[in-house]
Amino acid sequence: MTLVLLRRRLVGSIFVLLIVVIGTFLLLEAAPGDAVDAYIVSTGGDAGMIELLRHRWGLDQSELTRLANYLWALLHLDLGQSVTFSRPIRDVILERLPTTLILMVSATALSFGLGSTLGIYAGARPGSLRDRFLSVASLALYAVPGFWLGLVLIVIFAVDLRWLPIGGVETLASDKTGLDRAADIAIHLVLPVSALGFIYLALYLRMMRAGMAEVWRQDFVLASRARGLSRRRIVLAHVARNALLPLVTMLGLQSAQMLGGSVVIESVFAVPGLGRLAQEAVAARDTPLLLGIILTSAVLVILINLLVDIAYAFLDPRVGASEAGA
Amino acid sequence: MRRLRRFLRTPEAVAGTILLTVLFAMALSASLLFPGDPQAIAGPALLPPFQDWSLPLGTDRLGRDVLAELFHGARTSLAVGLAAAAAALVIGAVVGTLAGFAGGLVDEVLMRITDAFQTVPGFLLALAFVSVVGPSLGVVVVAIALGTWTGPARIARAEVLSIRERDYVAGARVIGMRPLEIAFREVLPNALPPVLAMSSVIVAAAILTEAALSFLGLGDPNRVTWGGMIAEGRAVLRTAPFLSIVPGIALVLTVLGVYLAGEGIVETTAVRRGLS
Repeated sequence: MTLVLLRRRLVGSIFVLLIVVIGTFLLLEAAPGDAVDAYIVSTGGDAGMIELLRHRWGLDQSELTRLANYLWALLHLDLGQSVTFSRPIRDVILERLPTTLILMVSATALSFGLGSTLGIYAGARPGSLRDRFLSVASLALYAVPGFWLGLVLIVIFAVDLRWLPIGGVETLASDKTGLDRAADIAIHLVLPVSALGFIYLALYLRMMRAGMAEVWRQDFVLASRARGLSRRRIVLAHVARNALLPLVTMLGLQSAQMLGGSVVIESVFAVPGLGRLAQEAVAARDTPLLLGIILTSAVLVILINLLVDIAYAFLDPRVGASEAGA
Repeated sequence: MRRLRRFLRTPEAVAGTILLTVLFAMALSASLLFPGDPQAIAGPALLPPFQDWSLPLGTDRLGRDVLAELFHGARTSLAVGLAAAAAALVIGAVVGTLAGFAGGLVDEVLMRITDAFQTVPGFLLALAFVSVVGPSLGVVVVAIALGTWTGPARIARAEVLSIRERDYVAGARVIGMRPLEIAFREVLPNALPPVLAMSSVIVAAAILTEAALSFLGLGDPNRVTWGGMIAEGRAVLRTAPFLSIVPGIALVLTVLGVYLAGEGIVETTAVRRGLS
């Protein structure tokens, strides 16, 4: 039954991806100049050379043919050549992707873990002083721009206290290996992960709290109270558990937001990931590279959402059952 | 009037209203209090705040008056935030209404397009759009709207799906109104309240996105923006951190004001609904 659900999602995802590809193609067309212009600017050449290159790269064909060529190349995982890096775009992106994934996974763990815990703490006693305080504090936190929080963290922890490195992902030319290197990277990631994670922490806290407020009103909570269960057990095993499910869905929806957020955070902390690459592509006016990054992010978001759907089906047996029944 | 009184009874709403009033006052009085170009040199470079009372918040790296920039930046933030949110709400409401009312293939296609827009990180899309078309105030507004219209579209669609089965819609059909007329004159206005309830979140998101774009140097180069000020101050973060911190505080207070006021509005209308 989960397979049926999964297959339907996969088919839907392919359509969505096709729309994204057409969209990026249109943006690429709208950009002033084409690959040949970019190439000629960096190498030089006369009008005859330009003609020849346009013909060889198929840029003198109709738009539909070019879209077909673009799709065909994408099917072979060929994103084209980056003019700024003089390398295939796919290789550049794959090189930067792991850093961004580490950053995203850590930031998600931080925001989800701490956010839902604080949300349970606040939602355990709705309307109490700590509930109101956490509610206002999380709203304030949610109003903070991530890049600014990053700069403030740098001023406090890297410039004033000198506890943590100011940027980068590891100490350059340190020849560290194995665990030493991992520890080095972890220390470098403390500030960027905090800057990225703390903003979304507020979101999970508020969702958890709101979800628990809903669950408190339901009959089975009253029933478990009547059965004489301790308050702690009701909160953790019944109320929080049922309120946690929507947060799992949010994990998938938030992944696109977080990828967007990592662009600015990576620029602030000079973390050489996908987001920083996007900013470099903008600065160098390398539109094909930028669109390659957008496509990669879209695929990533689709994969994350598929994973979340599968996880959800395991956590909540009703999902698979209702889909199979329909 | 009664609703206003109830609105002002919640402390959140009062705080939000005060913050937003100050902000609007700043934006409206910017050219009165600080006539002339806020990007012109006003004094010695890197003057710390609270030293010279003609330049209360000091000057930046190029000797520009930080307070004047702050006032003019309030204008850009508000203008872009409100315009982008309005555009997103209009696009979302129209797409959602069309999808929900038409159903079938139209619905399927429109919703897959919505999915596609939700799959691409909104900030990356805005970045790409501005970098392809070129930075100007209008382009930034469109770029932000491109990434934010999907939420309102989904909510409008869900609302329209329940409204289109109501009797008065059937009535409108009977008296011979054309489908598009029914969709936009009868259904859309009734589907709006839950969509509008999202507007504070969208305005806040738009203001934050504008700030992030101009922080990365993709704002309108002819206007002072808070994001741009923060980026400017970054070069002297070690020696003069206040240059980045002050406009950031302005941003936080603005967004917080929008959230609080929005929360107050939703709460008062929820109470009203509960009573009726």
